[in-house]
Amino acid sequence: MTTTIEAAGAAAGSGPPAPPSASATRTRGALWRRLRKDKAAATGMAIITVMVLVAVFAPVLTALEGQNTTSLHPELVDSASGGTPLGSLGGVSGSHWLGVEPQTGRDLFARLVYGARISLGVALGATALQVLIGVSVGIAAGLGGRGVDAVLSRLTDLALAFPQVLFAVALMAIVPDSVPRPLILAVVIALLGWGGTARLARGQALSLRTRDFVAAAKLSGAPPLRVARREILPGLVTPVLTYASLLVPTNMVAEAGLSFLGVGVRPPTPSWGQMLSAGTTWFRPDVMYVVVPGGALFLTLLAFTLLADGVRRTLDPRNTEVAP
Amino acid sequence: MTGYLIRRIVGAAVVLLALSAIVYGLFYAGPSDPALLACGKGCTPDRLAVVKSSMGLDKPLVDQYLSFLHAIFLGHDYSTGPSVQHCAAPCLGYSFETDQPVTTMLGAALPVSASLALGALALSLLLGIGAGLVTVLSRRRWLDRVLNTVILVGYATPVFLVALVLLIVFSADLQWLPFPTYVPLTQDPAAWAQNLLLPWIALALIAAAAYARMTRAQTLETLSEDHVRTARAYGLPERRVITRHVLRGALTPLVTMAAIDLANIMTSAVLTETMFGLPGIGHTLVSAVSSTDLPVIVGVTVTAGGVYVLANAVADILYAAIDPRVELA
Repeated sequence: MTTTIEAAGAAAGSGPPAPPSASATRTRGALWRRLRKDKAAATGMAIITVMVLVAVFAPVLTALEGQNTTSLHPELVDSASGGTPLGSLGGVSGSHWLGVEPQTGRDLFARLVYGARISLGVALGATALQVLIGVSVGIAAGLGGRGVDAVLSRLTDLALAFPQVLFAVALMAIVPDSVPRPLILAVVIALLGWGGTARLARGQALSLRTRDFVAAAKLSGAPPLRVARREILPGLVTPVLTYASLLVPTNMVAEAGLSFLGVGVRPPTPSWGQMLSAGTTWFRPDVMYVVVPGGALFLTLLAFTLLADGVRRTLDPRNTEVAP
Repeated sequence: MTGYLIRRIVGAAVVLLALSAIVYGLFYAGPSDPALLACGKGCTPDRLAVVKSSMGLDKPLVDQYLSFLHAIFLGHDYSTGPSVQHCAAPCLGYSFETDQPVTTMLGAALPVSASLALGALALSLLLGIGAGLVTVLSRRRWLDRVLNTVILVGYATPVFLVALVLLIVFSADLQWLPFPTYVPLTQDPAAWAQNLLLPWIALALIAAAAYARMTRAQTLETLSEDHVRTARAYGLPERRVITRHVLRGALTPLVTMAAIDLANIMTSAVLTETMFGLPGIGHTLVSAVSSTDLPVIVGVTVTAGGVYVLANAVADILYAAIDPRVELA
């Protein structure tokens, strides 16, 4: 018994006094440096940075082009052929950088950059929510008593047992129109997809709670919330970050898919999935209408996947490929 | 084992029950009024009251849910105005929108979804395990690189993008394959496969990436295990070491993954079905959603949940049966 307390005391001497946030910052700094050296991850980050800037400065960019997302330009489409854009490459010109939409003649560049806001915003928002819910549930299950764990674990199983795409489609059908669609999309995607993070966080919390520094913190009288926040949470950063980086592209696909099916963002708000869905009937006369949103979506997804893969490789303790 | 089986099945049943309660509550207590929807345009208050009572919507929500459960086990009679429709035992409700029991609609849609999922799963297992094994066993670094790139691209590509490209190239431009229309397997197996080939490829290209990655990781791990070293030390030919000792350990987790993926593909192929115009359960749901046909929405989601829960239970049981290391808790 004495030895246990001594061991705990010794661990307490080296554990809690060193603020965990300092070590977390160190990890993050190292991660950042390594990721920049990793060619694939750096490429991914560069593309993501560009896309985020495009999304943030969408109003500036469209003002530069001198167009907006909703103005109709019937003079730019060939009404005789059913509305194919006039000119080459879907009507690309100095005033319409990526051409115009068939039939309506709305500016494609403007719709693309505003669509980036929806794609990135919904994907990142949903991921943040998933991590918040998942980590809270996971830690509570891992640290709470048997009863709490049993209830929360079953709840997690239930969340994972939902056929997510179908449920999202069904849920989007009954959401009242008064709620902003991008917000509700992020919430629905998050509510259906937090299970994985919760399971991961629970496992991690379960293994961390047996460690000496956690025992030390408990013995020194730290309240449970403080233990969770100061002792357990820092240990979750690495695995959750790795997992969450893969959630972003998954959520982005979910948003695009729901908008593609017509239950996501409603017109006239532009979204890449919705543009693609409209483009499917136009790929013959106007292939640009498919290539523009499809290319943007693919590029962004690839960038996030490259980054996620880089994060995984960098944070994997077994990894020897990348030198520190 | 028997005890474990029973516990697992009971657990699955409980999850399914909870799922159905949540779904039912969510949709019937939700913001859209099912009676108003069923009543249609030009609905008078009198007619609304009639529809409400015929659908049982004037009763408390718990009673409604209980009668929903009751109908699943014992069937139910629905009055559709002049006539009374009987909905036989596994009754999931009646679609006033399309004038048929939800079960009939599901009965037509499930074979389509199952055909799609089974073919896609078989193809993706073949491609994925093949690619994963070749890269590990050939020990060529460039192959590894190529596979990694393909896996990343596969992970990053949404299925509707793949479907679209496949349709444009193989159906519209080259005209090698028809634009898919579902032909039942029992009617004409050749036409069944020919029509489903493009959707299978679209789904398999993406799922195969995950299998390839898993096969690669598992095989690498198993190769470094003690029992493999022992087998080698005994002087077994490399071929035998791989087929008898490595593959068994490496591919076990894939069984679990495949069982869950089957349910996953069946229930999440909404986009593939829509792209290729296949009348599966995803397609059924999307059309129900566009007309807010609540009984169909609830029926489809509960059924999909059931398929999912069942697959998870089967996966766990299979895993426990195959892998002797699994402790039955």
